[in-house]
Parts: sequence; structure tokens; C-alpha cells
Amino acid sequence: MNKPLRRIAIFCGLLVLTLLIRDNWLQYVKADELRTDKNNRRVAIEQYATPRGNIIVDGKEITGSKEAASGDFLYKRTYKDGPMWAPVTGYASQAYGTNQLENLEDGILTGTDDRLFFRNTLDMLTGKEREGGNVVTTLNADAQKAAYEGLKGRGKGAVAAIDPSTGAILALASYPSYDPSTIAGSNDGDAWNKLQKKNNPDDPMLNRALRETYPPGSTFKVVTAAAALENGLYKSADEKTDSPLPWIMPGTTTPLKNEGSIPCKNATLRIALRYSCNTVFGKVGADLGNDKMLEEAKKFGFTSEQFTPVRSNASVFSGDMNQSQTALSSIGQYNTAATPLQMAMVASAVANDGKLMKPYMIDKLQAPNLDTLEQTDPEELSRPLSEENAQILQSMMETVVKEGTGTNAQINGVTVGGKTGTAQHGVDNSEKPYAWFISYAKLSDNSSPVAVAVVVEDDSAVRDDISGGGLAAPIAKSVMEAVINSKK
Amino acid sequence: MSSSTNTPTHHTSTIGAIGAPSRRNTELALLVFAVVIPVFAYANVGLAMNDEVPAGLLGYGIGLGLLAGIGHLVVRKFAPYADPLLLPLATLLNGLGLVAIWRLDQSKLLQSINVAGGKATNQLIYTAMGIALFVAVLIFLKDHRVLQRYTYISMVGALILLLLPLVPGLGLNVFGARIWIQVGSFTIQPGEFAKIVLAVFFAGYLMVKRDALALASRRFMGLYLPRGRDLGPILVVWFISILILVFETDLGTSLLFFGMFVIMLYVATERTSWIVFGLLMSGAGAVGVASFEPHVQQRVQAWLDPMKEYMLSRQGVAGHSEQAMQALWAFGSGGTLGTGWGQGHSELIRFAANSDFILATFGEELGLAGVMGILLIYALIVERGVRTALAARDPFGKLLAIGLSGAFALQVFVVAGGVMGLIPLTGMTMPFLAYGGSSVIANWALIGVLIRISDTARRPAPAPAPNPDAEMTQVVRPS
Repeated sequence: MNKPLRRIAIFCGLLVLTLLIRDNWLQYVKADELRTDKNNRRVAIEQYATPRGNIIVDGKEITGSKEAASGDFLYKRTYKDGPMWAPVTGYASQAYGTNQLENLEDGILTGTDDRLFFRNTLDMLTGKEREGGNVVTTLNADAQKAAYEGLKGRGKGAVAAIDPSTGAILALASYPSYDPSTIAGSNDGDAWNKLQKKNNPDDPMLNRALRETYPPGSTFKVVTAAAALENGLYKSADEKTDSPLPWIMPGTTTPLKNEGSIPCKNATLRIALRYSCNTVFGKVGADLGNDKMLEEAKKFGFTSEQFTPVRSNASVFSGDMNQSQTALSSIGQYNTAATPLQMAMVASAVANDGKLMKPYMIDKLQAPNLDTLEQTDPEELSRPLSEENAQILQSMMETVVKEGTGTNAQINGVTVGGKTGTAQHGVDNSEKPYAWFISYAKLSDNSSPVAVAVVVEDDSAVRDDISGGGLAAPIAKSVMEAVINSKK
Repeated sequence: MSSSTNTPTHHTSTIGAIGAPSRRNTELALLVFAVVIPVFAYANVGLAMNDEVPAGLLGYGIGLGLLAGIGHLVVRKFAPYADPLLLPLATLLNGLGLVAIWRLDQSKLLQSINVAGGKATNQLIYTAMGIALFVAVLIFLKDHRVLQRYTYISMVGALILLLLPLVPGLGLNVFGARIWIQVGSFTIQPGEFAKIVLAVFFAGYLMVKRDALALASRRFMGLYLPRGRDLGPILVVWFISILILVFETDLGTSLLFFGMFVIMLYVATERTSWIVFGLLMSGAGAVGVASFEPHVQQRVQAWLDPMKEYMLSRQGVAGHSEQAMQALWAFGSGGTLGTGWGQGHSELIRFAANSDFILATFGEELGLAGVMGILLIYALIVERGVRTALAARDPFGKLLAIGLSGAFALQVFVVAGGVMGLIPLTGMTMPFLAYGGSSVIANWALIGVLIRISDTARRPAPAPAPNPDAEMTQVVRPS
């Protein structure tokens, strides 16, 4: 009987061997995948086991943590002025994960980042609890408040403000917004569902400043003017352009219309920008052609996503258009679409003498003891304009604010350059237009501390009333003032 | 010391009959480790979870040490030549199981669903009862061959035990499986005891019938086919296994009993054809039942796609369980070295976290290293059992020892494989580790029987040995 006994022994050995192999597969090969699976509750338990580090604006925390009353999550995220800061912070929810800064810098905030490894090991040895680091942002609390309050009074919209000389983001507001505190817990399903787009047509969780592209309308004429100057089509702001009125778009029998009877015939670029002449800039676009217009738009950042590090959607300028489509696109219609951040970048590049800086919102990352782990250095993204041409364009934009469509943005003692826009959209322009305003402020020492883009989607306003100058310019003005005042 | 034999084909020398070491002191030394390791683990849990050496440490250490000591003394007195590894290995597993159960007792989540809280104390009482049964086996069962007399009584007893959970008013339906009975405030899993009783019946029956089953056969395609009438017993056992599967919806127990029978049948007859038949029949049975039994189907679905099962359960679809996925996460989160005692979150498995799924706690907190250690301890127990079967001098002892060891190995495979997602989950418990009185008590009895057989096997023959090959475990030769 011993021969079958030995075979059974081998069989039992194989059973155990199979188990050992399976165990190695689970706990070695698949271990990381299983451990970091987002459905694995341990991931969230670990995240909320210690107070999360904070996101900081102007030296003050805009986030916090409080001890949870019960359950296996020890701490819960809290937010100060949650709706105002939501486009910056994103949310950190025990049930729904994290997004935006809370997600991108989760390692620093929870304290598990590799750069904190040495410190964590020390803490473990000395028995201290793990601590999270801080994310110090470039934002300006006053500017953010001005932007958010301004939008709140107007309905839907978004604001992006940048420091032109560095690319540091100063304000990033979206309205309607949501309070991330309401979805921070593990049992906030009702609040979460109410915020979802399918249940809430206002889509409050949409970060309009970065993730929504709007037709930029006339504000895009700044890009078209830059293309005209850069390509040598016109040499100065005050040279007469070759612009017939009415102007029939090439290859069609359709005349391009201006808003009202404005002096656009052979107008100079300055006059054309001041009155927002569709005919002049449409013809500039058609004359330059699709390729040159696309090239200039790309230099301003169109067609690429920006990582601030929170990702912004890519703004659109098509590359396969005929002359009449190019003409329409050059006045910010047809396929052209831009995020508020993109248009703020356009204004900032002009204000910074043609140099476009990469937009960023994290100034530095701090260890729990406030040591700097990483400092963001301003970085040049491109040069859409020569210094000379930038100054020509500045003088044109300043004329718009001084005596054109943008007078609502004037600030005492400060030079302001801007451009209004009213973008039509919908089939046969049936939907309410968007009101745009982009601008920058220039101090007496010729430095420019802020460039801003404002877009307002106003459902309640009468169609004719909507113009960038009326709705958006006052918000841009208050944001610029807030930045200038906080510098003093 | 060496003696020579008169038949030249036999091994020519072996250790002499007189003065064979009893290895009792080895056992004692190993037992010290088997008690000290869990005591340190217990202290470790307390330090990790409450930052203090647990108050119950002394009581726990003394309790486990006392039980192990009693076990040892009884073995020393009543089975002096027994295998020295079985008792320490079982004690170590039992001790570690107690630590894991106590660790899960601290979980508020498990307390809130009444899975944990004071369970370690219960388990210590069950362990005491298990050791008591172990002692009783050694004291009252002077020779395992006595059991041969009870072959058919065992059969009846096993059938009754298996059918008990189906008796209305007595049987419990827990999450779809009917393998428990309720007596007063106790729940008992009769299947655990049936395992041993059935092994006794199979061993006695096969010892008598082996020649008929082995020799009367026809050769067909290289296989010896048994005669039709000799197929009777395997068909009956197969049918009973299917009945268990259908009425108690317990794939594990069904597989265990049938597997045990096939192993013993194969050892008794040395006919490979029985294995082939066995595999075909169990395959056909399992597939057949799975085709109409929703409970079994759901287990198979959960095995094939645990993530989908988890999602369905989360969405509140009735009849789905997230346990399979939770167990996988526990193992994965443990990684190579584990989180350390008390620092994992295996309580997320919820129901049965401290019984059927207890291996996942070891996986998370002791890691790959710990689980491989545990599996190797089980492998060693099985190895000692098989060695006992090899050394046993009588066919009944051989069959009983291999039946019990084989069933033990199958049970470990079915449970550990189920928890680790290798095979569909079944409602069985890890021997010695898992919380549950029936399991602990029955497995201590199983170890008792194995120790009794190994004592008989290793005991020096009373007279100068006429046939030295039948005495030592070292002597292994083809029969």
C-alpha cells in the first residue's frame, strides 16, 4: 500500500504548492494593483488617517480637517469659503475620491509623498503621527473674492486672472459653484447626486475657468491684430487698412456684418479694435490665411492643454478652414473656442511685452515643518509678439478702454488695456450670447501686475444688453483693483 | 545496534528495535516555541492597537501553556512513541488563530455586526474542549484498531451527522449554506465531526473489500475497470456527496468527503482507474449541480469576476457579496511582509472575517511571508500524517491515517484556495485557525487519532522484531 501512499503524499504536496504559487501571485505580483485599487477602502482610510495638509492662499489656510465622529475614517476634510475656492482646491471626499489640487498633490497633503519619506521614517521611529505637508498657491484672496462676488451678481460665468510677468494665477472663479465640504464625508450621497450635471442643469461642479471652452467673440481680435502685426500685414496701429465696406467674404456672396453703423471702412487697426470692426479683422484673417492665423493662435497657447498643474482644456482654432471660415474664426466665431484661462493668457502676453509665461497656481510645496520641498520658478512658454509689436497692441487695447467699448474698466491712476467681446452661439444665434472682457492693468512704473479674462453667461439679460463692456468689464475692473490694492 | 535480515532483497540494516528514541523531549522543546510565539504575537497586537501590553496576556499565556502542557503529559504517558511534531504544530496554529480572533475582537465594525467581541475567550474554551477530546482519545483509545469494530456504526453515525442540518427546527440556514445545527445557544457544524467518523467507516470498509475491488476487474484502454457491482460503494458515496451539495449547498464539504473517499479507495486498491473515475464523477456532479443551484452559481460568478460581484453588492443587488473581493484586497494590501499585527483592515470582510476568511487577516497583517509560513505548517501536519500512514503496520491504520491527512489537506486547499480566489468560495473553516467550536474540537480529535496511530506505528515491537521493515518511519520500501 505504500506506493499509492507516496503518490498521495506528492498530490498533497502539489495542493500546497498550488496555494503557495497563488499566494505569491496575490501578495507579490498583484499586490500593488490590489493595494492601490481605488475601490479598496484602505486607500481612503489611509488618506484620512491623519489630518490632511492644507492648501494655502495669502498665508491663510483655505482648507482644514476635523476629527470624524465615528467610522473608520479618523478625519474629514473641511473648506473655508468652499464655493469660492472650489475651482482651485477641488474636493477630497471619503466616498468619491479627490480631484484637482487635492488629487494632484495628494501625496504631499496626506504626507505619503516620496519627498517626505525620510521624515516619515524618522516619525515612525520616534512614534510621531504622520503629518501632511502644505500646498501654497499663487492665488490672491482679494482678487478671488472680487471675481466670485462679481460673478455671483451676474449669474453663470468664470474669471481667470494672471500675473503677466510670471504666469502666476491670481484668481480662478467659476459660478455657480459648490461647497466641497458638503461631499467630503462618507455618507454624502444625496449632496453628491444633487451636484451631478444630470440632476442639476447648472452643473456646479464644472470648473468653467479651466474646463469650459466658450466662443471668444471679439476678444479674439486681439490675437488677429497680433497676427497682422507679426506677419507684417500692417506695420503700425495707425496705418490705414485695406478694408472695403461692405466686405463680401471670399468664395461666398455673404457680406460680413458689423454691429451697428461703425466707421470701419479702411479703418486703422486702432480704430477697428476700438469699435470692434468685424469687417477689418475678418479680412485680416482671410488675407493671412488659415496657417498663419493658426500659428499665431498656437503661440498664445491655443490647441494645447495647460497644466497649472490642474489641467485646462485645450482651446480651439481649426486648421482646415477655407478663407471665409478663417475670416469668421478670426473674429472669434465659427469653430473658435477658448477657456477663460486662455484669454487671460492672451491679455497677459500682450501686457508682458509679448512674452507669454506658463500659467501656474502652486507657488511651493511645504513639508509639515514648513520647509520648502519644491518651489515653482516662472517659465516662459512662448513669444507670440515682438516687444515692439506688443507695445503697439498695448496702445490699441488702451484706446479701447479709454474711449472705446471698454470704458467701464477704467481705473483712476492706472493704465488699463482691454477688449470686449460678445459671442453669439447656438443655431442661428438663437441662444443668449456670452459677454467677454479681457484686460490688463499697467502701473505708473510700466509694470503690469494683472491680466484678467471674464466671461458671463447671462440667462436673464436681454440679448441686446449683453455686451462685454456692460456685464464683464466691471468684474474685470474690480479684480484688477483688488490685485493693485493688495500690492500696495 | 544494527541487525541483518535473512532475505537479501530487503534493506539490510536499520535502527534496532531496542532503544528507539521516543522524541518526547523534542516535542516538549517545540511546544515551548509553539506557546511562546503566539504569546509574543498577542502582546504585539495589544501594543499595536492600544499602545499597551494587553491585560489578558498572562491569562492567555498560562491558558495556552497549560493546555499544551496537559496535551504533552498525556502523550508522554499514553502515546510515548507518537510523532513529536503533530502536537506542537497544532498548538502553534491554534495559538495564532486565537491571537487573530482576539485582534478581530477589537474591531468596532465587527463588533457592531456581532461578528466579533469576546470571541477569543470562547475560542479558548473551545480549545480546552478540543484538548479534552484529544486527551480522551489518547486515554480511551489504546489501539486504533479497536475502531475497526465500529465500521458500520460509523457509517450510520456519519450519515446522521450529515443529515442533521436538514432536520427542520434544528438546521440553520446561514447565508445560503445549511451546514450548521442549533443546540440551545450553541451552533454546531456536524460536518466537521462527520469527517473523522466517515474516515473510520471508509477505512474499515475498504480494508475488508480491497481485494475484491482491486483484483476483480477488466482491462480496457490501459485502465483496470472495476466490475459493475464493485462500483456500488463509490456510487453511493458520490450520490451522498451530491445530496449534500444540493440540500446543504455546501460545495466544500461535498468535495471533501468525496475526495477523501477516492484517496482511500486508491490507496486500498492501488488502482489508478479509481482516481480517473473519481475525478470524472466529481466533475460531472459539480457541473450538474451548478447548472440548477443558484447559490453555487453565485459562488462561481463571484470567483470568476469578484470585482463585478463587489459592484453588484455595493449597488445593493440582493444575493451578492463583496467578501471575495474584500479578501483579495486584504491579501494584496498585506504585500510581502504585511502591515504587522493589528494594523490591517481585514475587518472590511465583515461576516465570517474571523472564521472562513481568517486567512485573509494573516495575509494582510503578516504578509506573503506569514501566509507561506502558515501554509507550510499545514503542509508539515499533512506530511507527518502521511508518514504515519507509511509507518503504520496494519492496513486499517494506514487507511485511516491517509484518509484523515488527505481530508485535512483537501480542507486546507479548499478553504485557502477559496479565500485566495483560486477556486470558488466554500463554507468551510481553516483547521485550528478559524473561530468555531466544532472545527477546533473536531480537529483536535483528528490530531489525537493520528498521534495514536503514529504511536502504534513507531512503538518498538515487543519481541525481537521478526520483520524489521515494519517498525521505523525510515523504512520505506515498495510493498
